[in-house]
Amino acid sequence: MKKPVLEIKDLRTSFNIKGEYYAAVDGVTLTVHENEVVAIVGESGCGKSALALSIMGLHDRKNTKLDGQVNFGDENLLTVSRSRLNKVRGKDIGMIFQDPMTALNPLATVGRQIEEPMDYHMKLSASEKKKRTLELLRRVGIKNEQRVYEQYPHELSGGMRQRVVIAIALACDPLLLLADEPTTALDVTIQAQILDLMKELQNQMKTGIILITHDLGVVAEMADRVVVMYAGEVVEIAEVKELFENPLHPYTRSLLNSIPSNMQAKQKLHVIEGIVPSIQNLDREGCRFAPRVDWIPEEDHEKNPEMHEAAPNHFVRCTCYKTFYFPEDRVGENEYVATNS
Amino acid sequence: MSLLTVNDLKVHYPIRGGFFRRVVDHVRAVDGISFELQPGETYGLVGESGCGKTTSGRAIIGLNKSTGGEMLFEGKDLAKMGRAERYKHTKDIQMIFQDPYSSLNGRKNVLNIIAEPLRNFERLSPKEELLRVQELVARVGLSPESIYKYPHQFSGGQRQRIGIARALALNPKLIIADEPVSALDVSVQAQVLNFMQEIQKDFNLTYLFISHDLGIIQHMCDRIGIMYRGRFVEEGTADEIYNNPQHVYTKRLIAAIPEMNPEKRFEKMHLRQSINEEYQTGYNNYFDKDGRMFDLKKISESHSVAMQ
Repeated sequence: MKKPVLEIKDLRTSFNIKGEYYAAVDGVTLTVHENEVVAIVGESGCGKSALALSIMGLHDRKNTKLDGQVNFGDENLLTVSRSRLNKVRGKDIGMIFQDPMTALNPLATVGRQIEEPMDYHMKLSASEKKKRTLELLRRVGIKNEQRVYEQYPHELSGGMRQRVVIAIALACDPLLLLADEPTTALDVTIQAQILDLMKELQNQMKTGIILITHDLGVVAEMADRVVVMYAGEVVEIAEVKELFENPLHPYTRSLLNSIPSNMQAKQKLHVIEGIVPSIQNLDREGCRFAPRVDWIPEEDHEKNPEMHEAAPNHFVRCTCYKTFYFPEDRVGENEYVATNS
Repeated sequence: MSLLTVNDLKVHYPIRGGFFRRVVDHVRAVDGISFELQPGETYGLVGESGCGKTTSGRAIIGLNKSTGGEMLFEGKDLAKMGRAERYKHTKDIQMIFQDPYSSLNGRKNVLNIIAEPLRNFERLSPKEELLRVQELVARVGLSPESIYKYPHQFSGGQRQRIGIARALALNPKLIIADEPVSALDVSVQAQVLNFMQEIQKDFNLTYLFISHDLGIIQHMCDRIGIMYRGRFVEEGTADEIYNNPQHVYTKRLIAAIPEMNPEKRFEKMHLRQSINEEYQTGYNNYFDKDGRMFDLKKISESHSVAMQ
């Protein structure tokens, strides 16, 4: 049995909009084990980044209300003191940000930036720090580490910068790594390199990784377990193989059908009508995806949808997955029946 | 006859320096590319950022000046035309831009945005103009009352449709689509791509489709040109490029497409590693001693590769 690193229980993150609180993350429960990559997928606006920032406690505290539990080790990160939280972030939990250009400080050398978390969390002499930093740079696949150590971020290419960001996240041997869209800002070939690098590092270091992305291709390449989010809720959780072979929730199936490389060339892609509802005007009672699959009769949805275990370790929200179909598939069938008879 | 023939197109930018800021060298953004567009087809230009694909597109429509080569549009060279003559042809070539958030003027409403090309090229009474815009807005699937709204009131996918309506206003023959969906979410992406295929049939359009996403290119394009450092490394039909890539750079690009089958992920990782090795060991087969690509050589009727 693998040891859980992070346990999130019924996490609810609400933002203050004109005096009222609206939940952007609405009751998320999930567990990350050591040496496991959990991918969180969804369109923009479905709350995946808000979830990551809640774990790290990076939201503006005045206008955000956090409920539930984020258990890391034997502490609840939502209730620990500021100073304790600062001891955990950057040491036990590392974060990789989306855009390496804005995540790095343009005024400090690469070496300085990788050493910074060590200053806070480890007691090392200057020479030890340098040794460790060079080692980290080598580990993230930078070959001329002596030179890069002295360089500034603007002297590096996008892929190199992202490697530096990864090195910073790994600086203090974290138990958990949060990667928020780590490859979205990169070119395809560089993306492949960074993904391969992350896989390799994960095999060596046995960290748990939360990978946040909207790209199902990246999920298929990296994840062990997948969490699909929609409008602040988890709608499906499954092992990666199971999810791609047997997707259940209408949202997951629609997403998979709208990827060009998944379909035959020139075939029509599936379009999910409408947009992700904003947190202010969201019907929190019924199935949240119902307005975007309006051909499914209302009685197929649940009133207050819950997670059902459809197969071992495969959870899906709401009962509508049982009868869900794509209208474009049915059209063909009807015609076929019509011409046959 | 082909609609557009590009012959040895070059776009060089001077680097100035030294005494009196003389031209010391050039940045060869586009360094001699040639291709043909047949009417009604979709031609894909693929490459990483900085390879010159956008510059080529902008040179054809006239937003950049080309410094060499010719661009024959229906037999006439766009590069040699004077301004007045070129103006007549701008009607036939239109562009869809990458970012729907910055390519629409935020201070104009949809009517004024879509009518702008009409006002430049056609003399219409306000009533006729309104009618035309309403037609276009309906064609791209927006509600009729939206013509008095402003861009910030629309979602990303809807904005991109406004951009498409503007490009369609003058019944162009060629549309240059520069990364039309890379700023959009997957589900919205699908919407815009489907829609582009529909109007291609209805208006008999030719697309020059510029993108770095090989999945989308495979889905949309009939023929594909792969660019690297301002040159073509390979050109062929979609089928030839994806199923029988010859150049190591093409292989690298295709291997970089994320594998959608989780069980094959390590296979793919090893494939990428072996291609990297091939790149290092076989460097001399693909690049000459100055690190420049060879010229394209035909290996079959439609497939050419830049190899020795």
